Amino acid sequence: MSENNISAEETKSLVLVGVGGQGILLASEIIARTIMASGYDVKMNEIHGMAQRGGSVVAQIRFGRDVASPLVPKHSARALVALEKIEVLRFVDYLADDGLAVVSDQEIIPVSASGGKIPYPALGEEDIRKVCPNLIYVHAIKLAEELGNARAANTILLGVMSNVLHFPEENWKESIRSCVKPKFVDVNIKAFEIGRAMK
Amino acid sequence: MKKLLTGNEAIARGAWEAGVNLASGYPGTPSTEILETLSKLYKDDVCCEWAPNEKVGFETAVGAAAAGARAMTTMKHVGLNVAADPLMTLAYIGTIGGFVAVVADDPGMNSSQNEQDTRQFARFAKVPVIEPADAAEAVTYTKEAFRISEEFSTPVIIKSTTTMSHSRSIAEVGDRVETGRTISFVKDPPKHVPIPAWARQMRVRLEERLEKLKAAASASPLNRIEWKSKKLGIVTAGVTYQFVREVFPEASILKLGWSFPFPDDLLLKFADECERVVFIEELEDFLEEHAKALGIKCCGKTLDGQPLVPNIGEMNVDVLRAVRSRLEQTDWFPFEKTETARPKAPVRPKIADLPPRPPVLCPGCPHRGIFYALGKFDVVVTGDIGCYTLGVAPPLSRLDTVTCMGAGVTMAHGMQRAGNDRKVVGVVGDSTFFHSGMTGLLDIAYNKGTSTIIVLDNRTTAMTGHQDNPGTGRTITGEETVEADIATIGRALGIRNVVEVAPRDIKHTTEVLKEAIESPEPWLIISKTPCPLAARKNPGLPLKVNTDKCRKCKLCLRLGCPAIEKDGEGVRVNSILCAGCKLCRQICPAQAFEDLNPGTENN
Repeated sequence: MSENNISAEETKSLVLVGVGGQGILLASEIIARTIMASGYDVKMNEIHGMAQRGGSVVAQIRFGRDVASPLVPKHSARALVALEKIEVLRFVDYLADDGLAVVSDQEIIPVSASGGKIPYPALGEEDIRKVCPNLIYVHAIKLAEELGNARAANTILLGVMSNVLHFPEENWKESIRSCVKPKFVDVNIKAFEIGRAMK
Repeated sequence: MKKLLTGNEAIARGAWEAGVNLASGYPGTPSTEILETLSKLYKDDVCCEWAPNEKVGFETAVGAAAAGARAMTTMKHVGLNVAADPLMTLAYIGTIGGFVAVVADDPGMNSSQNEQDTRQFARFAKVPVIEPADAAEAVTYTKEAFRISEEFSTPVIIKSTTTMSHSRSIAEVGDRVETGRTISFVKDPPKHVPIPAWARQMRVRLEERLEKLKAAASASPLNRIEWKSKKLGIVTAGVTYQFVREVFPEASILKLGWSFPFPDDLLLKFADECERVVFIEELEDFLEEHAKALGIKCCGKTLDGQPLVPNIGEMNVDVLRAVRSRLEQTDWFPFEKTETARPKAPVRPKIADLPPRPPVLCPGCPHRGIFYALGKFDVVVTGDIGCYTLGVAPPLSRLDTVTCMGAGVTMAHGMQRAGNDRKVVGVVGDSTFFHSGMTGLLDIAYNKGTSTIIVLDNRTTAMTGHQDNPGTGRTITGEETVEADIATIGRALGIRNVVEVAPRDIKHTTEVLKEAIESPEPWLIISKTPCPLAARKNPGLPLKVNTDKCRKCKLCLRLGCPAIEKDGEGVRVNSILCAGCKLCRQICPAQAFEDLNPGTENN
């Protein structure tokens, strides 16, 4: 707890972005529970568009000794986790200058791109690094598939991000256990460990 | 015990702890999860119902409260327009058991057609409005709302907002306390029947009650002053308080959780002790206007004729930082300027234009078939509120108007009766048909209209997250019940041509549409296929594109299906997204869409 070294006034922010249906709400709940278990005040907000599937989704998390706004101000997030590759660019304004971007290489092509006007941009790790110099680029789907479950990709990304937060590893694992269905606990714990080992 | 709750979960928890006996409402973002939480966690203690519309839900709660029960109704802001009739008169009649209407506003219009400020309705109806700022307050304020309602015999509105309802924070929760009352209606006509002679007496009592409420609001713990520097005092309410305390840590704050009837004594005391007073309110200048009428020197929406606090859109820290910056440039700002201390916008290169990712009809959505088929006709399509509103977006682009629930039916009729040069087709959802589409259809039959009305019956209230409705055969708690039959209702209303179609059969759907549109009589077409997300079952197995057969004509892209992706000059199917609805196979002239895994059974 002390490693976070949060002053009484300070509030830290995290942002998760992705596409509806990717499981962003579960991921943000794991983070919030970890923060709560580590003894901090926490607020979080989930903004989703009207559609059940396919629209951009943002989860915002703030923690500290006494959190006021549940919404993350621009240029302030310690970490921005993108479950989809180009979504990191759409929401990069949230990220603090030295904040960490954790980006999955997964691509989900929006209907608007297939319709033709603006194509889905062909971008690689180095392109995104130009925008977010502090970047960890993760082949999350491939790694999760190697574990036997592509849905565990989010937990790998959480593991990567967990390194900027300095909460005890056991608190993360306990949150995972309490948030995911029992039969998926083992694969998600493994996924978390893989992510946490990446720096 | 402490719990991490959304604002909506916290309101439900507060109502349960307050001993609420009945809750009825209509789904609407961002209010839906209040009743969902009550019905999921507390159904043994609370009678919960999805009503066909907000007026029905409101009146159901009025009846319960008249018999002495504690009753709650929930809705989104525009839902209160539908329930305005009972609200306005219930304010006169008053209540026996506590009556609370929870109304969730949507500043910023995240998923709404307007951003009306419910506090105006509270003043219009002359009833108290309570505005919690986080989950902890939502629990205690909801309990207090029931207490106020019973003490003063008045309906009480709890106003939430999207940020309030959908944010999670830590709340202290307690046990349920029953009222201990017997639910027994006591006959008392002068109390319950506003015929003119008695209504005139109620009218006088309403004003007397307002005076008492005004005094109570000034003394209430829901309204509090947080003293810091008295050089600047900020008056704020609801969740906006959270942004104010973050952006103006030096200022004193009058934080209103019970903003109407206006707590005049408290406003005057605060203004008297502060050198300068600024009102920071989301949306309307509800409090500021009143404070100015009281003679308080203050600013808010404008300062010296220049805009200060926006009256459009959602509040957040960034919006208030801009307000602070504007204030810092005036002599109203008494503190050290912090413009330079704020986080700088990092310089980041722009490396690509991003294709937008707006909400779209899901892969496998049954509405896609009907909109694609409608695209073959030169007609006007009057639309309604629901997932199918997304039919307005390209490439389908097959919806032309939206006003409110039910207007898909009635506007079609009005346009046709006025002599519109093209045929008019109205579309409405199943839940929306029960909400307020039925009366419009009755109007078409009665007044000899000739519109074609399509009920997009996907067997659920989809856009708000799959709630049951009178057509699904299940109640809010999942109990089986009667299933209202839209075809039978249509015939009973006087529509002679009633046809059900399966919208994923494009050929048959198009034939039926053609017959209806060319007919001189009104038609009711029921486009009936379950939403795959609600049914948790895809219509089929994923397809793939045989690139040898594909002629790259891109006709399939006109479906606007998220699973069909442009791939160079051709197309490919995203097999993770594909729901196997096979619309693409029906329109492909080259038979290029093939089974991804031939020979496997559908799940």
